[in-house]
Amino acid sequence: MKTINSTTPMSSLVKFTLVQVLMLCTLLNPAVADNAVLVQSTTSTANSGLYDYLLPIFEKKHDTRVHVVAVGTGQAIRNAGNCDADVLLVHAKSAEEKFVNDGFGISRQDLMYNDFVIVGPSSDPAGVANAESASEALTAITAKQAIFASRGDNSGTHKKELQLWQQANIDVEPLSGKWYRETGSGMGATLNITIGMGAYTLTDRATWISFNNKQKHRVLLEGDDALFNQYGIILVNPEKCPNVNAALAQQFIDWMTGSEGQQLIADYQLQGKQLFYPNANH
Amino acid sequence: MQDFRQSFSHAAQLIADLDPTLIEIVLLSLKVSLTATLLACVIGMPLGALLATRRFFGKWLVSVVLNTLMGMPPVVLGLLFYMVLSASGPLGWLQLLYTPGAMIIVQTFLVLPIVTALTKQIIEDAWSEYQPLLQSLRVGKWGSAQTLLWDMRTSLLTVALAGFARAISEVGAVIVVGGNINHLTRVMTTAIALETSKGELALALALGMILLLIALTVNALVFSTRQRVTV
Amino acid sequence: MNDARQNPLLPLELKSVALTIGGRPLLSGLNLKVTTPGVTTILGHNGAGKSLLLRLLHGLGTADTGTITWGRQSVAATAVKARQAMVFQQPILLRRSVAANLDYVLQLPHARPILSRKQLLNLASLSAVASQPARTLSGGEQQRLAFVRALATGPDIMFLDEPTANLDPDATQWIEDLIKNARAKSIKIFLVTHDIGQARRLSQDVIFLNKGRIEEHTDAASFFHRPKSAYSQQFVNGVLPASPQSAQ
Repeated sequence: MKTINSTTPMSSLVKFTLVQVLMLCTLLNPAVADNAVLVQSTTSTANSGLYDYLLPIFEKKHDTRVHVVAVGTGQAIRNAGNCDADVLLVHAKSAEEKFVNDGFGISRQDLMYNDFVIVGPSSDPAGVANAESASEALTAITAKQAIFASRGDNSGTHKKELQLWQQANIDVEPLSGKWYRETGSGMGATLNITIGMGAYTLTDRATWISFNNKQKHRVLLEGDDALFNQYGIILVNPEKCPNVNAALAQQFIDWMTGSEGQQLIADYQLQGKQLFYPNANH
Repeated sequence: MQDFRQSFSHAAQLIADLDPTLIEIVLLSLKVSLTATLLACVIGMPLGALLATRRFFGKWLVSVVLNTLMGMPPVVLGLLFYMVLSASGPLGWLQLLYTPGAMIIVQTFLVLPIVTALTKQIIEDAWSEYQPLLQSLRVGKWGSAQTLLWDMRTSLLTVALAGFARAISEVGAVIVVGGNINHLTRVMTTAIALETSKGELALALALGMILLLIALTVNALVFSTRQRVTV
Repeated sequence: MNDARQNPLLPLELKSVALTIGGRPLLSGLNLKVTTPGVTTILGHNGAGKSLLLRLLHGLGTADTGTITWGRQSVAATAVKARQAMVFQQPILLRRSVAANLDYVLQLPHARPILSRKQLLNLASLSAVASQPARTLSGGEQQRLAFVRALATGPDIMFLDEPTANLDPDATQWIEDLIKNARAKSIKIFLVTHDIGQARRLSQDVIFLNKGRIEEHTDAASFFHRPKSAYSQQFVNGVLPASPQSAQ
């Protein structure tokens, strides 16, 4: 574009102010990262209140701060891959192993587990409560063409759900938009949609117990081994990401997987129910 | 219906208790959105005034682009700044991602097109009236812009309020670059999103009511000063 | 009248000044020399080019060809521009108080005020309303404010573009008194008006424009009593020009 000379001072003004703004913001926030651990986490661990219970204990002991960004597992892994994390805490084992194999993370460890459940309306039109396994339940939903809300966001829960459909030999792709509805949202938003539509969905147990808008929905299927939900914890590779606060992050991981962290995880209850079962190999 | 009644009592309870977490969140919301609005005004108002009073090639294009940017979805801007501020992005070395600073920057750019475009419109109208006088008095470009900005200050206050409303009410941009980190980057809107996702609908709605109350207070304060300065 | 002070911007000289806009010659072949102090009135029908000429003299536009000089300096010279002021038909008042409107001009870097804010307010009889928003004044008061505001820079030349066209007789009288006052301060005045009576009352000399050309430039007495052309005669006598229809 042709510009006349009168625009030049204006663009330099813009540049000037841009630099000013950036400088100002830097002044506003003297390096937060120095004495803090940044965790990219799946939402279920955050929404269940586990961190509110655990982290203050670690923070007090080590005089530090743990900052948690709670997003879907898929996004958490991507953010960590961009070096925007010190620690990754998610629940999609194969994606986690790929993350480590690609060099982004150092040694993945099991941290804890719980299970997924299928929730749906109490009226249970598809008869999911009578199913013996997750495969049977999904087959029943398909037969009835009952509405099923899928996360559809590449999260750990979404990956698990797709795995279950595959095990039931049902191809949901052509069904999307009919009774199979992809919300493209987090677990909480998907649960709200599920309640609103009287639909079925797959959720981790911790999120379900802590979710406060259940209305007439309840757990209809649980206990299948296929519904096992493993959480892993990974140190982001400081060789790939020099900004990683490796020493402190490792301290945090050691504490979480150590006896104190594991015991605290086991002790954490909501509404009288244990949400997570520690299983780190120590 | 029960949710509504519950929300009102929740909101009243939170305010009555001066809930420390709530106060922290409210103060951060105000800090981020007021700072962003202020920065956007400091940059956007002179810029809008200059765009209004100068003639240059491609001016219509600048106007079209500005007006389009007013409709920028916050989440898109958030993503853009996530990529820029990410540790692996070009400005990663600033270590601003997941800090209030990042939230201020992204909201500044969210508000900037609104402030600039509306200022340009207001100053253009005033300029068409003032131009003969200011030219006759040999007031230069900067002086003219200053004069117009000062004389249209009551209208520009409304522009600032429109910018602030956009900033304080958006969630898409701050949640991406701020991360909704408890005690660090959690603001009213991201807290509302979080409580909604936890199924705490009454609490979420209560927070929404408090957010509106804050916006009401800011507007009332500004309008009361406006009454005093109107000439 | 006090002619002791030599006005540094006189004489005004125009040589072959012409301006064409959109293919229409709006001003052409203007040659002019003004040496007299006092009020020079520019007369002519609508579209004759009066206001345009005023703008060129004030340096608000540039002619296509020809030269305009003030006291042998170019019209574009900063020294010239800083010594001129203009009053518009519709007063353009800042959205500020009466006093602030005057302060704005008094504080301009090139202003050489000869009167203080207080004196200017007195001159326009606006002292009582000094702190009022300027735009709440009556039409006559607004134009008085605009006039003394133009005076505030301490100009050597004032351009008045139909300053009383929207005013009633009383308000017009106020403005004419202000014009006489300025004239007494050796300020050279160029006045555009459609009010023949006003032109008779105030003018030292008259420039009569006809379709962008100078039909006549002469002292006021000659113009009003012995116009040179029939066209000028008609104008002075208030005869309407031939309409396009009757010309056919």
